[in-house]
Amino acid sequence: MLDWWQTYDTWIVVTGALAAMSCALPGTYLVLRRMSMMGDAISHAVLPGIVIAFLMTKSLDSLPMFLGAIVIGILTALLTQMIRRFGGLDEGASMGVVFTSLFAVGLILIRVAADHVDLDPSCVLYGAIELVPLDVVTAGEGNLEIPRAVLYNGGMLLVNLLFVGLLWKELKISAFDPDLATSQGFSADMMHYALMALVAATTVTAFHAVGSILVIAMLIVPPAAAYLLTDRLGRMVGLSLVIAGSSSFLGHWWAVEGPSWFGFERMETSTSGMIAVATGFLFLTAWMFSPRHGLISRWISSFSLSLRIMRDDVLGTLYRITETGSTASRPVSRAQLRETLPGGPVFGTALWQLRVGGRIDCRDGGFVLTPRGEKSARKLIRSHRLWEGWMVEKMGLRPDHVHSTAERLEHITTLEMRTELERQAGEPEHDPHDRQIPREDE
Amino acid sequence: MPSRPTSTLSISGLIMTRLCAAFLFIVLLFPAFAAAGPGGTALPNVEELWRVLTLRDYNTRVVVAGTTFLGIASGLVGSFLLLRKRSLLSDAISHATLPGICIAFIALQIITGNGKSLPGLLAGAALTGTLGMATVLAISRYSRLKDDAALGIVLSVFFGAGVCLMTIAGRVEGGNAAGLQSFIYGKTASMLLWDAQLITITAFCAAVVSVVLFKEFTIVCFDTDFANVQGWPAGILDFLMMSLVVVVTVIGLQAVGLILVVAMLIIPPAAARFWTYNLRIMLILAAAIGGISGFIGSALSALMGSLPAGAIIVLVTAAFFGLSMIFGSSRGLVTQWLRHVRLTHRVGRQHVLRAIYEVAEELNSDDPRSTVPIAELAGKRSWSARRLRARLRRAAREDLVQFETETSVSLTERGLVHARRVIRNHRLWEMYLITHADIAPSHVDRDADMIEHVLDAPMIEKLEGLLLYGSEEPAYVPQSPH
Repeated sequence: MLDWWQTYDTWIVVTGALAAMSCALPGTYLVLRRMSMMGDAISHAVLPGIVIAFLMTKSLDSLPMFLGAIVIGILTALLTQMIRRFGGLDEGASMGVVFTSLFAVGLILIRVAADHVDLDPSCVLYGAIELVPLDVVTAGEGNLEIPRAVLYNGGMLLVNLLFVGLLWKELKISAFDPDLATSQGFSADMMHYALMALVAATTVTAFHAVGSILVIAMLIVPPAAAYLLTDRLGRMVGLSLVIAGSSSFLGHWWAVEGPSWFGFERMETSTSGMIAVATGFLFLTAWMFSPRHGLISRWISSFSLSLRIMRDDVLGTLYRITETGSTASRPVSRAQLRETLPGGPVFGTALWQLRVGGRIDCRDGGFVLTPRGEKSARKLIRSHRLWEGWMVEKMGLRPDHVHSTAERLEHITTLEMRTELERQAGEPEHDPHDRQIPREDE
Repeated sequence: MPSRPTSTLSISGLIMTRLCAAFLFIVLLFPAFAAAGPGGTALPNVEELWRVLTLRDYNTRVVVAGTTFLGIASGLVGSFLLLRKRSLLSDAISHATLPGICIAFIALQIITGNGKSLPGLLAGAALTGTLGMATVLAISRYSRLKDDAALGIVLSVFFGAGVCLMTIAGRVEGGNAAGLQSFIYGKTASMLLWDAQLITITAFCAAVVSVVLFKEFTIVCFDTDFANVQGWPAGILDFLMMSLVVVVTVIGLQAVGLILVVAMLIIPPAAARFWTYNLRIMLILAAAIGGISGFIGSALSALMGSLPAGAIIVLVTAAFFGLSMIFGSSRGLVTQWLRHVRLTHRVGRQHVLRAIYEVAEELNSDDPRSTVPIAELAGKRSWSARRLRARLRRAAREDLVQFETETSVSLTERGLVHARRVIRNHRLWEMYLITHADIAPSHVDRDADMIEHVLDAPMIEKLEGLLLYGSEEPAYVPQSPH
């Protein structure tokens, strides 16, 4: 499957993984502070900074470029804040005004610079990770050739790890409760601008690999996916690092092999684009299958709850029909059950589960309760009628008003509750509708 | 009495605003100057300028008309987006159009052999644009992530998919995908008559829909729950509104590119908002600003041929935004600042008059117009000697106070009337707080101090009715409760 893999590919994946992981760290706090789009704004807005630095130094790896990006990042945050405060616009709109204008300035600068230098806007926008292994630094005596981008992104990852590690508590408090942070003596605003500077620096480091737009995928998507998987900050950071790293591998693999799966033979596509798609895929997976917050998990748990209730209701209905005497122990047909119970897949599944579980038997085209089923049914009916009795006796409700409440409570009533209900209601023999309350099984 | 700002104030304000404007112009026109430098194109001469502005060339005419109508449409539609606080949704939508364009190109290339059919590409763009919009709404509705993360996710993942597909499109046999790039940055100069017609028709439709459904859209923007309660199909209206955004985004792709079309949707309404509190006027202004920016921007880029028109248009819009933010007549910074300064002066004047009156009353209870030493006034309030002197001089210029000697002042006839009114407001409010709100006499001064400046006539009448039973003469100044 991966027989085309070479050292070259390893370096691409390593670069992508390092870039994605260093982005995921500040990204976590962007997602938590609900300012993900600030990442988008900054990564668009650094374009003029990059171009100006490039015009000045004629190189893409320079300290001025790095500093220029940080300055522009903080400037974007400041301008947004200013327009929001003095102009009364909402945050989204003020961000939109700032970053589009700066981006337009960048585009014009590129055009102006085109006569002097060769700077391809598409390289700035979506990077050239495929070319990363060509630009190497030789290290040590073993002629170990390490791509320059690996060193830069690795360094940035270390810086981010240090930042997050050292300021863990401060970042946490200012993310969740800025006022508390300020009252504790460190300014939440300072943390905000420090974070923005870090986002800008990380963005400009990673843009070699993935370009300034796909950086947003690395900043936002892995932390967002991790946010759906856990409720602990530490785990969220760890998970987003894992998701970021694996999306780099998946992205490169799919970029090389993916097109052929759709009939485009012998074609490769952009790795950086595919890394973004891979983060999206992992996010989708988390969104659907996260144990607690996933859509499908939530759907499954609500389905299984309605199944449980339906099983109880089937047993209860069978018991009530059998109880009326004349039809005792005669099988109850499906149609008869459907008179009181809603049909549908839940009904069918519940019947099947009851049969497999040995609580009802299928006889002469109808259903009867097995001894085991009758035991559960008795418990349920007992709960129901005790509740009705208790509500009439202790709360003074009218007998014809208690059924629907009891219908809900019967599913969650335990043995202890039943005993207590019986005691409080004065150990009744019959419920308010004059039906017998079954005895508790020994 | 209505207060008016003094002349010195407005002059300094004027200088300030001129400086700001100059700064803004330099910043915004920097790229244009850079272009005119040694490397760029030469500055156009007057003849050329005239030719472009009067739309002599066929090509210019098409481009200018197209961008102008685009500006009008996006200004209208963007206004609703701004009110809905969903400006950045347009960003997600525009990025999400890229995969659609590429898929349409690949499909058309394989099926018909010619991938460059504009209607096909735009249909693809609209399709994934809508899909992206729906995904944003779904993520913020069905997960615990908020709007911002949903936007970021959709924007980057869809764009990533678009980049991948574009690479494939470039390698499809017989395909020439070079034109697809122009959807990212826009290629205004190569706009054809057909494109301009498409934009014009769409802009017209968008305008008609906005006008016809103005009331409904307004209700949905300001109070969705109310719209629901009133029986409007708020969900459908909301979707329609967002579909208009998709449509405008898609037609704007060709002109300004998918990154900058966002600016056309966000900036003109944001700029219009500084001029008015009336939604109708805001819509008209936004459309006008969008249209004029489109016109000026494309004309400028026709003059300076090598510069990307999309970026120029956006910078012109940004210049409008900057000007509106500073000079806007209802929310602009200058207006806000003037309002603030006027209020400060009014409050300061009233404080001075009240202080003189009170001191005069203490020194000589018969004559509130008796001469008061300035040193006595200083203790009344936490103002510095210089500030107090400045306030007094200002009041003297307004004929409210007269200097008896260098160190003492007295109220003029006019000043007395003013002072009485303020004192009366102050004491009425104090008495009201004491008698009707059960607040201790020692705690009411501060509260009355703030409210004395803003009590209006009906309010005073009410207070008089409550406290004086309407029996007293109008100029009566109640005794201080202290």
